[in-house]
Amino acid sequence: MARRIMRDLKWCDVTPKADFLTRRQLLAGAAALGLAGPATAKLSYVQSKFSTDEKPNAFEDITTYNNFYEFGTDKGDPAAHASALTIDPWSVKIDGMVEKPGDYDLADILAGVTLEERIYRFRCVEAWSMVVPWIGFPLGDLLARVGVQPSAKYVAFETIVRPEEMPGQRRGILEWPYREGLRMDEAMHPLTILATGLYGEAMPKQNGAPIRLVVPWKYGFKSIKSVVRITLTDSQPKTTWNMLQPREYGFYSNVNPEVDHPRWSQATERRIGEGLFGGRHPTLKFNGYGDLVASLYAGQDLAKDY
Amino acid sequence: MSLAGAVNHVARRVPAWTIYVAGTTPPVWLLWAGASGGLGADPVKAIERTLGLWALKLIVAGLCITPLRRFAGVNLVKYRRAVGLLAFSYVVLHFLAWLVLDMGMLWAQALGDIVKRPYVTVGMVALVLLIPLAATSNDWSLRALGTARWRWLHRLVYPAALLGAIHFVWLVKAWPLEPFVYLGIVIVLLALRAVSPGVLRAGNEKGANPPPPLASS
Repeated sequence: MARRIMRDLKWCDVTPKADFLTRRQLLAGAAALGLAGPATAKLSYVQSKFSTDEKPNAFEDITTYNNFYEFGTDKGDPAAHASALTIDPWSVKIDGMVEKPGDYDLADILAGVTLEERIYRFRCVEAWSMVVPWIGFPLGDLLARVGVQPSAKYVAFETIVRPEEMPGQRRGILEWPYREGLRMDEAMHPLTILATGLYGEAMPKQNGAPIRLVVPWKYGFKSIKSVVRITLTDSQPKTTWNMLQPREYGFYSNVNPEVDHPRWSQATERRIGEGLFGGRHPTLKFNGYGDLVASLYAGQDLAKDY
Repeated sequence: MSLAGAVNHVARRVPAWTIYVAGTTPPVWLLWAGASGGLGADPVKAIERTLGLWALKLIVAGLCITPLRRFAGVNLVKYRRAVGLLAFSYVVLHFLAWLVLDMGMLWAQALGDIVKRPYVTVGMVALVLLIPLAATSNDWSLRALGTARWRWLHRLVYPAALLGAIHFVWLVKAWPLEPFVYLGIVIVLLALRAVSPGVLRAGNEKGANPPPPLASS
């Protein structure tokens, strides 16, 4: 029955924007009067000592300038097409070398979690950067809850595959699913978070709703979006960009001005939102988080382990 | 009237200077839109990419003019100089957008990229190849060089077009379709130069003669 109704839905059945805006205003008004309780879209969260005091990019910049090839290769494609993605229900399969494997509903993952605002610098491998006020919680907390077996050395992640809702997946731009991975110490690092929102609200779909990884000292493509699988493993996982161009995208992909991408320099970056004449800023090693993460790579040759 | 005849009819009435006027508008609009927030989150990339793409489109358009006449009897030769000079202007503006807006005039890094980054090198070589063509796109140069030498010199547009398309293919991540489409079109247009008109002309009376040098209008 429900199916039949769904199939009969037409564009004219979509709630007009004016109506739902009115509804939101009513909810906001009710909330202001203390009536509506948790019905508002705002997430509740606490501040974090890990936040930068740099000014975040505008919400519009963050939500209209995205690399999310599942929706197309143009920066505007995710904002144009991501609305088709169904994010409720959502579950994440946690498997591999873990004490409590299973398909976890998103609500279960978030139950009892204290969300934090983490205002992080975000540096893309394409040499542009932003500052994003993420809302999330440490990945390490989730891993601790599901129990990591001592033999596990890496964490692998996968993005959802749903070509009927993700037009980019209907073409062979990359090998789907999108895959990423971290070494265990990177995954357990307090800077590494699973983010479920930004600017105090639920994660926009073009930014990787409903749950994505954020690893602020690595190039942006490591911060995998719309995660549906987390696997604990003892071997270094395959990662999408590395599979495509191993010379250009390493497993570690730490932000590093001293190691250039073979086709362009990583010494400087352009900060999105600075207009036509913003120029370039020097790129900081580990994206400026070196005092917190450099020790993870002691003894490693980062020109080799790029 | 055939389609070719109709196009020729219109072309006889539209002067070549309209190309320059039409070509001036987009860069002015881009700069204005970029400065006033109309180009999205990254106006620098938008300007740089748009100028580069239009430079390539204009080079392709210029390369179409001779085959159109040889194989389809459409005569747009009087626009060729305007299209060529406009293409060169867009290449230069694309380069300036990269140097001033994208690189922020970091001369050392820009120079380093030209030398070390193959896709930048290739684009830069294409620009340099086009300089003598732009400099000799006038009646005086045509007379001074003589038709044969002038025509030989202007074959530099062939490697420049190829390098421009390769520049596009080389700079993108992953394998999007668009740059390969341009590379394919350029290769086909260059290959057509090697085809004798009789092969594809199929009874078309026009275009049997080799193309004359650039029209002086």
